[in-house]
Amino acid sequence: MAGKQATQSAAKPTLSFGEKWCYAPAPEATDHFEVADRHELFINGEFVKPKSGQYFDTINPATEEKISEVALANAADVDRAAKAAKKAAESWRKLPGEHRARYVFRIARILQERAREFAALESLDGGKPIREARDVDVPLAAAHFFYHAGWADKLDLAFPGERPEPIGVVGQVIPWNFPLLMAAWKLAPALACGNTVVLKPAETTPLTALRLAEVMQQAELPPGVVNIVTGAGETGGAVVEHPAMDKVAFTGSTAVGKAIQKALAGKGTDLTLELGGKAAHVIFEDAAIDQAVEGVVRGIYFNQGHVCCAGSRLLLQESIHDIFVQKLARRIERIRVGDPMDKNTDMGAINSQEQLARIEALVKSGEEEGAVLHQSSCTLPKKGFWFAPSFFTGVSQTNRVVQDEIFGPVLSILTFRTPEEAVEKANNTPYGLSAGIWTDKGSRILWMADRMRAGVIWNNTYNRFDPASPFGGFKESGFGREGGRQGMRAYLRFPGSLSQ
Amino acid sequence: MTSVSPTEFRVPPVDAVALDTRAAELATRSIKKDAKRDGLRMVVSMTDLTTLEGMDSPGKVRALCQKAKLPLATDPSLGPVGAVCVYPDLVSVAVEALEGTGVQVAAVATAFPSGRSSREVKLEDTKMAVDAGATEIDMVIDRGAFLAGQYGLVFDEICAVKEACGDAHLKVILETGELRTYDNVRRASRIALLAGADFIKTSTGKVSPASTMPVVLLMLESVRDHYLETGRLVGVKAAGGIKTAKQALRYLVMVNETVGDHWLDPNYFRFGASSLLNDVLMQWVRLTSGTYQRPEDFSKD
Repeated sequence: MAGKQATQSAAKPTLSFGEKWCYAPAPEATDHFEVADRHELFINGEFVKPKSGQYFDTINPATEEKISEVALANAADVDRAAKAAKKAAESWRKLPGEHRARYVFRIARILQERAREFAALESLDGGKPIREARDVDVPLAAAHFFYHAGWADKLDLAFPGERPEPIGVVGQVIPWNFPLLMAAWKLAPALACGNTVVLKPAETTPLTALRLAEVMQQAELPPGVVNIVTGAGETGGAVVEHPAMDKVAFTGSTAVGKAIQKALAGKGTDLTLELGGKAAHVIFEDAAIDQAVEGVVRGIYFNQGHVCCAGSRLLLQESIHDIFVQKLARRIERIRVGDPMDKNTDMGAINSQEQLARIEALVKSGEEEGAVLHQSSCTLPKKGFWFAPSFFTGVSQTNRVVQDEIFGPVLSILTFRTPEEAVEKANNTPYGLSAGIWTDKGSRILWMADRMRAGVIWNNTYNRFDPASPFGGFKESGFGREGGRQGMRAYLRFPGSLSQ
Repeated sequence: MTSVSPTEFRVPPVDAVALDTRAAELATRSIKKDAKRDGLRMVVSMTDLTTLEGMDSPGKVRALCQKAKLPLATDPSLGPVGAVCVYPDLVSVAVEALEGTGVQVAAVATAFPSGRSSREVKLEDTKMAVDAGATEIDMVIDRGAFLAGQYGLVFDEICAVKEACGDAHLKVILETGELRTYDNVRRASRIALLAGADFIKTSTGKVSPASTMPVVLLMLESVRDHYLETGRLVGVKAAGGIKTAKQALRYLVMVNETVGDHWLDPNYFRFGASSLLNDVLMQWVRLTSGTYQRPEDFSKD
């Protein structure tokens, strides 16, 4: 063995991967739960057929196969749900906090017990890797219910002297990127604070929200406290514009958010919006470089980049640009793209054909504008909607790929020379949801965080969530917070507060 | 002796939380069927079967060597292991027992495990092992000097030992459990790489914690960067605390996804362990026979 190491080629050293040891398929089982061929609306504690008489298909984006058909709620269905919520609100708001807490704790526990089934269904319906559904979506969803259950009987302590009261009926419209988790973010504080709900999940990913309705039944939640209506934009419109709504909470695109705000103007309906983002992820030359590369991967390729707070604009200090790009290019080759149900998959399928088309169009515009596209050489499955992990170099502030939210696994890399320039570029966007800073210097973190206009700023990490930590945006990323005491404020009114 | 400017000992900072996160993420890989079989086979070939006790005897070393050559009598397709690792005075026993088998004989030296002796004694210790036929020397760095910031001293000592090794391969034990911080691990790795180590090794096995996943991930990143910079491949040895096949496969996953194929080779990655091998054998038999095994069915050496 001695002397063997001398025989090394004079060629430029390169690493090679995957020739010596390949992982065998490790598919998550699907025989531990069943998916009905047809899903009905959840109104007044029961699953009911839609008055519309119509159903739409939900497909597995990784295979394009139909999973099930789902009831389409029209205005009459939404009206029925809203009336049920209105009726339930009377007694639900009067229930002592510790009683409401019991229900919410029960939901949290049942969700934990059924975690495996929820994770698998989330992955099937939405295309995200089972690893993420299992390790992030489902545990965090349960954590949100636990966290808010704990507050239900302590609202007076959370807002001392403000005499918080429930708002009433809340209309909630949620997106397709984290279907179960977003339902939890919306339902947990609403229920803990004594409100009743009409929830509209996204049309491409309705299954886990409807299964959550089963959990509501299992927890013996009083009928009408949570109602779930499925459908597309029209159904969502009927929910937010229904006169019974005292508050509307929306998570989704900025364009739809603006339309909702217009529709509700002057009606006295409370509104919170959690919209798009184009987060700056700033890496200084003194950062822990290998961990920063991991942070960037987590920032943009997590959940196929379908994350409103994704770190989609990477700002690199000029001195480390080349080495960082080399390391990142090498790293994205290691991202395992493919079957979302395989436990070793890092990146799954794009959520829908429509979203894939949008990503492709924006990436094409980037190439046409002269940016350099770097892409993983991974093999993509033939069927389904797929996009390889990608990033652009040679871009400037004016490029569409720098300005527009792509909502896919595509990163744009810019450089800066001074902290001032980093702040200026980071804030040069209509959005302000989140940002990341990587530096080993504590004082610089605080200096930057003071100046960056973003609701969430991660330091030496990215895309980490906790129910106790408020989440929400500046500017066109919306208003209102979710999580923490700040998030509950959006589900309460304070008639006794001296400040009002 | 090569002269190195102290600025070359500079290393990028390490973020402890993010490093731990990455290591934990890699630990969730699911290794099944063929991948598990191939992985276990690799683990066996990468094992440095070790006995480093005051009560070691020639008889025990011979028994260990027998196991090293043929780990599983019922399945000659498995093995041999990478090396047998002993104290210097037992090297000759191992050399004799392993002659012609391709199994390396490794000796710990340089006043192992504390390294608290004079340079002369450490070099003498090394030469004694090499003269007795050791093909690999596992030295310890001077942690006292390192923690006092005397990096040049640490560097010089490794260079001196390397020279004393002659043709024998030098593994440099950083004893990461005493270095305490990841920044220190990264810097000690750098010093050892620049000083000509053929392997960098986590631990003596005498200090807790011994090998951990984040520490080995960091050391893999160090050898990877060193290779890309200089073209010189240096191995990594994870030693101490790895007791189960499952743990070992997690380390292999880290190798596979961080540095890749070059290091999936007993010449460049090793496990220093004594009880690991039996668990691997037990898993191997379970996998090939389909039935679960009892620990007492495997020879305890």
